Amino acid sequence: MSAYDSVTAARANDRPTAIDYITKIFGNSFIELHGDRHYADDKAVIGGIAELNGKPVTVIAIEKGRNLKERMERNFGSAHPEGYRKALRLMKQAEKFHRPVLCFVDTSGAYCGIGAEERGQGQAIAENLMEMMTLKTPILSVLIGEGGSGGALALAVADEVWMLENAIYSVISPEGCASILWKDSTKTAEASECLKLTSQDLFKLGVIERIIREPKNLDSVMFDSFKTLIAQTFDKLESFDTETLLNKRYNRFRKY
Amino acid sequence: MLYGDWSGEALNTSDIFNFLKPKNELENQGESVENHPFIPNELWVKCPVCKNPVLSSDLNENFKVCPKCGYHFRIGARQRIEITVDAESFEEFDAELTSTNIIDFPDYTRKLKNAKLNSRENESVITGRAKIGGCETVLAVMNSQFMMGSMGTVTGEKITRAFEYATENSLPVIVFTVSGGARMQEGILSLMQMAKTSGAVKRHSDAGLLYITVLTDPTTGGVTASFAMEGDIILSEPKALIAFAGPRVIEQTIRQKLPKDFQSAEFLLEKGFVDKVVARSEMKKTLTKLLILHGCGTEAIEKEGD
Repeated sequence: MSAYDSVTAARANDRPTAIDYITKIFGNSFIELHGDRHYADDKAVIGGIAELNGKPVTVIAIEKGRNLKERMERNFGSAHPEGYRKALRLMKQAEKFHRPVLCFVDTSGAYCGIGAEERGQGQAIAENLMEMMTLKTPILSVLIGEGGSGGALALAVADEVWMLENAIYSVISPEGCASILWKDSTKTAEASECLKLTSQDLFKLGVIERIIREPKNLDSVMFDSFKTLIAQTFDKLESFDTETLLNKRYNRFRKY
Repeated sequence: MLYGDWSGEALNTSDIFNFLKPKNELENQGESVENHPFIPNELWVKCPVCKNPVLSSDLNENFKVCPKCGYHFRIGARQRIEITVDAESFEEFDAELTSTNIIDFPDYTRKLKNAKLNSRENESVITGRAKIGGCETVLAVMNSQFMMGSMGTVTGEKITRAFEYATENSLPVIVFTVSGGARMQEGILSLMQMAKTSGAVKRHSDAGLLYITVLTDPTTGGVTASFAMEGDIILSEPKALIAFAGPRVIEQTIRQKLPKDFQSAEFLLEKGFVDKVVARSEMKKTLTKLLILHGCGTEAIEKEGD
């Protein structure tokens, strides 16, 4: 499978989205909480509390939408600053109540538009990076589809970062890279290779801890083993005292 | 033959008038009638905003700010340090650190080589410690002359080390930003610099230390979305472009023209993302004032009192 095949798979319309993962893993225990308390509720970001093997966990996800109507409502999974601020609010809440944070990331990038700039897209992402680095509770981020640059990183400063087999994670879209490099945005396949954006490449570069097998469909047993893995990982991360946890997180990113 | 030559040339009517025109004593006297001195081209600069010619020497004396319209020309990192810190007080950190083509990105090796030749620097940021108005501080100055100040792993490393040094030595940090964003040629590892630097800024901040950012034209992308926006106090030079997504990208996305001055320093001030727009000529004074207000002068004053 080429890098470009991964790009296509990561963007496929029939790919499970964050809502599917939340439903399959947490059933109906998930309670969604809305709004950033400053400006609005960004529908590109879903957040709330759920139960994982009897223990509470804060879940934050970027949702692309599963059909055209939903996708338009969710702005195709491109969050505005209020989306990142909602995420941070819920993370701080998780810290207060000592529950771990699970993030599902699936975005082509933070939205670029007039409103997003006016309301400080850069500042919102920057604040998340800073605050997540010292959030006193375990954070696990899973890239389930596209991991587009700063907009993805703003939910992926975590103790462990995992990727679905065909997910991608990149500093720039292959189209953007091709148009800068060759002045030709159609050379996406070549650019995809150069960027080293597949789960295999990123595992080799030490950017992710784990590659997760793709679910074949929504009835896949994969979701059960995935759930077990998440629970085990939180158990492991919760066994560290806060100082150790935060030092490990700092050093995880310090090494790059 | 002579006759033939004549036949090949058409008679131009203007020649007749030229011929008939009475001689004017003031014309065709060459340079002797020029009533302003001759100045070689390299001594003039045309201001890109007001289009007026400016003498290079005047420009240099005026901190590279157009004396006619106040346009702040882009300046290199070395010059920035020179006009900001106290004379001879700058001690550079990690000057030898330089990027390599870590993910074998096409053409990056050549680009790096050119960037080094053009800028005569090893990376897109210069870090060190210095005194500003007598106050000790750690300083990082980005350089637009090196791959448009893009953030690669070494840029991130130098900035992170500068913050770690400042945290260890209880010093404030001042960062002058100028950047096109994360360095695409280093792939995901350049993105990771945003997290790495933010971690170091947070530790410095949690230690109760002061961090001032000075945004200069242009500050965009991954630098805006990390340490540029993380200062306790965020200053900006007038009219600097400050953006997450650059104006061209936005125009292509939303398919409409952006309003004039959108994403300028003044626009960000109005929207609440910049504390103060400070002219270059006032920058050192302003930084000194802020450093003193945060106790940075205390040590020096105490010593004087002893």
